[in-house]
This record gives sequence, structure tokens and C-alpha cells, in this order.
Amino acid sequence: MGSGALFIAVFLACVVEAVEATTIVLAAGTARDWRSATSGMAGALAVLAIVVAALGPAVSEIPLRGLRLAVGALLLIFGLQWLRKAVLRASGHKARHDEDKIFAEQLAAAGAQPRRRVGLVPDWYGFTLSFKGVLLEGLEVVFIVLTFGSNQHDVGLAAVAAGCAVALVAIAGVAIRSPLSRVPENTMKFVVGIMLTAFGTFWGAEGAGAHWPGSDASILVLIPAIAAFALVLVALMRGNRLGAAGRETAVPAAAVDGGSGGRI
Amino acid sequence: MGGRIRAFAAFWYDFVVGDDWLIAVGVVLALALTYGLSRTSVPAWWLLPLFLVLLLPLSLWRATRRP
Repeated sequence: MGSGALFIAVFLACVVEAVEATTIVLAAGTARDWRSATSGMAGALAVLAIVVAALGPAVSEIPLRGLRLAVGALLLIFGLQWLRKAVLRASGHKARHDEDKIFAEQLAAAGAQPRRRVGLVPDWYGFTLSFKGVLLEGLEVVFIVLTFGSNQHDVGLAAVAAGCAVALVAIAGVAIRSPLSRVPENTMKFVVGIMLTAFGTFWGAEGAGAHWPGSDASILVLIPAIAAFALVLVALMRGNRLGAAGRETAVPAAAVDGGSGGRI
Repeated sequence: MGGRIRAFAAFWYDFVVGDDWLIAVGVVLALALTYGLSRTSVPAWWLLPLFLVLLLPLSLWRATRRP
């Protein structure tokens, strides 16, 4: 995999995580207290920095084959879960990820909680809401950076890609002070699911001792093949859903026509 | 204390395994079989993509069957 592909894969995955974290921080700041929300975010970023400092050197010490097996397995599990959700959303079986709706729900939930000062934090609920959101989404960013970076022997480039993604989303979030609903998050999640699944398949098989025909070039076949497969599944499931909906509306119509057990 | 351990375990289960345990079990099984096949003279690279082609539709089918 070239440096460009590494950068794009990490950048896209991290934009998705950063959008989700930004939505939570914006909700905590808007509904509760900006100082507590930003303190929570800063606290989570400090914890993440410690995790990176502790895990970074440890990950680079693991033998490459063992690393590829473990990372491949995790990426493949994550990738298939993302792809599963993306196909369900694209085919209409699951509600699309809507940052506006999530923001409104977070605002309503945050507004209902009583205010409580703890130490230097004016509002403990706002602090913990922001802290948990940034920590959870940040852990995924750290995982993506360490796994992609260490596999390609370029953690630095992966970290730069993640930094660009997080900075871009954070600046946009601060500038508009509202959820980033214009980011095509559902489409990006589909693309990221495809990439995680492709890299997970490639590294997992290599870590388990298999040798790909064409070596690294096989990833260029895996990505479009998985994308095409996922799109076929979307088309099939959309067709099934429309067919089922059509049958559901046909039954009452037939019943009104003559009440003869649904036969037309 | 027990509640915190359970919450910690639940967090990692949700983080790693996610919505459908079948995917995690299928991936681990596929990797184990790939490792076994790679010890023979038969090429083993095709096993993981084959599992993928089976696992994803199966998981989607399970998701759509849930009430």
C-alpha cells in the first residue's frame, strides 16, 4: 500500500469518528456549559495521549506476522460491522445516521439533568458527557492510527492523517457551532467499512500464513471487489424491502375488494 | 466493584464484538482455518474472502429477521 492510500484510509476513518465526537462536545457545550465541555474534551485528549505513548512503542515491538494477524482480525470484525450497518442503512432497513437528530437528542437529554459543581468543573454532567464521547471516539482513532501505521511502518504519516482529519472537523465544528450534518457521513461510513474490510482481509490472511497472488497489489483487487459485493447486497435488500412493502399494502387492498383471503 | 467489572467487560465486548457476535466468531474461525491450510501445500488466500462472502449476507439476513 502506498503512502497516499494509507493517508486516505486513515483520514476518512478519522473524519467519521471526529464528526461523532464533535457532535457530543457541541451538545454538551450548548445545553450545559462550554467550560465543562471543553475541560472534558481536554481530559479525554490527555488520556488518549497517555494511551498512545504507552501503546505506540509496545505495538511496534510486536513481530509483523503476529501484528498482522491480530490487527487483521480486529479490522475485519470492525469492517464487517461497519459494512453491515452501512448496507442496512443504504437499503432502508435501518435509519440513516443523522447528526442533526443525534444532536437534538443529546441536547434534550443533557438539558434534563441537574447542574452539580465538582472541584474546578462548574458542571459535572457536561464534563463527563464530553469526556466519554471524546474518549470513546478517540480510542477508535488511536486504534486506526496504530494498526494502519505500524503495519505500513509509518505511524507518523498515519498520525498526521488523523491529526488533519480531527483538526478539520474541530475547526468546522467550532466555526458553525452546530452538528456537521452536511458531511456525507453515511457514504463515508460505507467507504470506510469497505476499506477496513479489505485491509483486514489482506493483513489477516497474511498474518495467518497465506500468500496473496500479486502480493500487495491484491489489495487493489480486494477493495473494488468488496465494494461491488456490498452494492449488490444493497440492491438485493432494497428490492426485497420494496417487495415486502408492496405485499403489505396489497393485502388490505385485496381485503377491501372482496374479503376473499387476499386473492385478486 | 462487580458492577464496574461487568461494565468494563461490556464496554470491551461492545467495542470489539459489536452488534453481531456471529461476525467475530466467523472471522476467528476463518483465520484459524486459513492458518491450518497455509501449513499444507494448498494455497490459503481464498478462504478469508470466501468466509466474507458468506458471513456478511448471513449477518444481514439475521439483522432483518429481528423483530
